[in-house]
Amino acid sequence: MRNVRLIARLDIKGPNLIKGVHLEGLRVIGSPNEHAVRYYHQGVDELIYMDCVASLYGRNSLGDIIQAAAMDVFVPMTVGGGIRSVEDAASLLRCGADKVAVNTAAVSRPALITEIAKRFGRQCMVLSVEAKQVGLDRWEVYTDNGREHTGLDVCDWVKRAVELGAGEILLTSVDREGTRKGFDVALVRLVTQQVTVPVIASGGMGKPEDLIDVIRHGKADAVAMADILHYGRATVGDVRRAAQAASIDVRSYEYA
Amino acid sequence: MSMPEVAVIDYGMGNLLSVRRGLEHCGATVTVTADPSAILSASRVVLPGVGAFGDGMAELRRHGLDAVVREVVTRGTPLLGICLGMQMLLDESEEFGTTAGLGLIPGRVIPVPSVTTDGSPQKIPHIGWNMLILPPGQEDWKDSLLGRVMLGDAVYFVHSFMANPTDPRHRIADCLYGGVRVSAAIGRGNVLGCQFHPEKSGKVGLNVLKRFLDS
Repeated sequence: MRNVRLIARLDIKGPNLIKGVHLEGLRVIGSPNEHAVRYYHQGVDELIYMDCVASLYGRNSLGDIIQAAAMDVFVPMTVGGGIRSVEDAASLLRCGADKVAVNTAAVSRPALITEIAKRFGRQCMVLSVEAKQVGLDRWEVYTDNGREHTGLDVCDWVKRAVELGAGEILLTSVDREGTRKGFDVALVRLVTQQVTVPVIASGGMGKPEDLIDVIRHGKADAVAMADILHYGRATVGDVRRAAQAASIDVRSYEYA
Repeated sequence: MSMPEVAVIDYGMGNLLSVRRGLEHCGATVTVTADPSAILSASRVVLPGVGAFGDGMAELRRHGLDAVVREVVTRGTPLLGICLGMQMLLDESEEFGTTAGLGLIPGRVIPVPSVTTDGSPQKIPHIGWNMLILPPGQEDWKDSLLGRVMLGDAVYFVHSFMANPTDPRHRIADCLYGGVRVSAAIGRGNVLGCQFHPEKSGKVGLNVLKRFLDS
């Protein structure tokens, strides 16, 4: 089995790192860069930046935040929020990002997935999916941080997106996001059964042990961690040790 | 000792900010350049690259940089190829037909097998953190590019093709992907290469860059 990746997710609004519940009720946590550097030194495998108001341009834009992170952080970075074109993606990659995550613009114009994959490679094109449960074993795709429903079924959408060129899926449970109740394992399992590309489970991690179920039963390839790290309830090292204690393969890291 | 002056060759393939920052973090003075005289006067040269082999070689030739890279090697300047930059050090690649490489290390670039050694399907590209192990017949890598790296340390890979050097002595480190041996670092004299991204491999990767600067 491949190493499960431990990813820190930083939700951004303007110049600030923020955190909400169900992607709403956003609270300012602090400086994105201070947190990014802290998680890097704790041995995080990757970082994901998501701009919830898509301040792609202007002062304190996402590009500036990524560029600042690239000064001190030497692990892969994924950036999402407000990417509407290949040019938007190119400008974030020039700032030091390795992958881009697309949600809203891909739903309204699926060809964007293919355009980004062709230009930069599939490994660069992450599909961000915000999923809300709407029935027994049925989840619907939402956009604009869980505000707008699309009528798309999550299973249908991820299969189509992978055919179009998505190389990875960031799967956020809007129902669990910010609640600390653990991951939506059923949702993750459903999606990992549909696609062969890696799936990052996001939303709901309350304690280090929460990752065990979503990896063993959900078959997630990676977990995204946000407020568990932001509020200091655990370090990346704590999560790594919890994974190792459960015999889950993670990157060995002796530098913490 | 003064800071090593490193030229990172800019031939239009991939984002060079992170490579530059990684080297600077390790104490180097870095010039990102396509200018032959700047490349030839540097004390270390890095050949980075993300993308397809044919495109990479075509861009190098279009800028006249293939001859410059060979001259760097002839002069004895340490050269580090990263990812596609490492693959281009070999004789040729099978990516989209056969394309000639720089021919600095004998061997071919072949696809990462899409089945594991036990016959199950394998995800391509090979993406993620993977452990560095010794190639068959090698005792250690103490005196190599990986001198500061411990056996079993993990580094970050993103690739669909892999280098296959003809001479096993040119293999510094491998990793296992679905049981298949993938060449992770290679070297022949002052010509060095790593398939993984040292600038994205945390402190282990920075230790590879530091060692290159000290070499």
